[in-house]
Amino acid sequence: MIWNVPFITVALLIAIGLYAVMFKRNLIKIAIGITIIESGVNLFLITLGYRKGGVAPIYTNLPSGVKVPEGMVLPVPQALTLTSIVIGVAVLALMLSFIMKMYQHNKSLDSHSRRLKG
Amino acid sequence: MNDETNDGRMSIIVRTIATMMLPFILIFSFYVIMHGHLTPGGGFQGGAIAASAIVMMIAAYGHKMMEKRISEDGLSMVESVGATIFAVVAFIGVIMAASFMYNFLVGTPLFGETPPFGSNPGILNSGGVLPILNIAVGMKVIGGLAAVVLIMALAGDEEGDKK
Amino acid sequence: MKAKAIIFVVFTAFIIYAAIKVHPFGELQESKMDDYIITHAQNETAANNVVTSVVFDYRGYDTLGEATVLFAAIGGALITLRKEEEK
Repeated sequence: MIWNVPFITVALLIAIGLYAVMFKRNLIKIAIGITIIESGVNLFLITLGYRKGGVAPIYTNLPSGVKVPEGMVLPVPQALTLTSIVIGVAVLALMLSFIMKMYQHNKSLDSHSRRLKG
Repeated sequence: MNDETNDGRMSIIVRTIATMMLPFILIFSFYVIMHGHLTPGGGFQGGAIAASAIVMMIAAYGHKMMEKRISEDGLSMVESVGATIFAVVAFIGVIMAASFMYNFLVGTPLFGETPPFGSNPGILNSGGVLPILNIAVGMKVIGGLAAVVLIMALAGDEEGDKK
Repeated sequence: MKAKAIIFVVFTAFIIYAAIKVHPFGELQESKMDDYIITHAQNETAANNVVTSVVFDYRGYDTLGEATVLFAAIGGALITLRKEEEK
């Protein structure tokens, strides 16, 4: 019934983010495009570890009738996605601080206007 | 009559509600950090909740007034203390002639009970090294995110003053 | 049409074709490492949450590297936006 729809969503997210990075001139729109690509990659990491009919891998108040290794989803891709989300936040903070400094120096947010000459 | 005066404060309704909601959000974030080994959550998630509470206070009271109460030097020191605790606890495993980041508190009465196999209501006293690492990472995330938002608000205001 | 548009259309078509032809959603091929981690996590780490014990105990070195990246990025953002002292 689902038929690979999460994987097609990942492909569409990466295509939309790549369009924003390649074809737009405003600096803030390029930063938004990089964040959309990073969201697509995080979704791809989580949907790789799904088992059909599985519950979350937590033992506190487990519902009865769940077999222990075969009824739970895989825990390792969830751990890698947690690391990736935090790194995305750190990279976005650094990018926005650079954009603020460039705006104070050049008075415009166009990436084609003034090259970095002396 | 506009709502924002010269230093960015909002109206009195917004300031009162923000002051009333602040203790509940902080208690919820400490609950999520401390129960990281029993329920979904942990260090990063609880730290993000507490940092968003501090950002709500910055938005309601203006950055000039929050600079007097919580300077960015204090937030930077909180982040550095969290990183130091993480590194020190990870290195104790090497000193005890085992591998790096060895779980040396399983079996001792500090955090060391082993839960029985299968479904059970959680025991807070379990987990080994994990609650200490959760608190260290939570301090690091709170200090880092709140310091970045505070310094961006201060830098944006100074550029508007020069015109 | 310019070269940029042709490259973008070819890449989008390739990535949508790859999303259709990957393995069906929900059926795994190999899961031996995760079965071992799920059955032995309560004995070796004494925690009920398997994801937290993977993040901080079985893969603790990756969490140390991620904390370092967070520290370096926030330190760089704080240095870029500091105020200069007036003389």
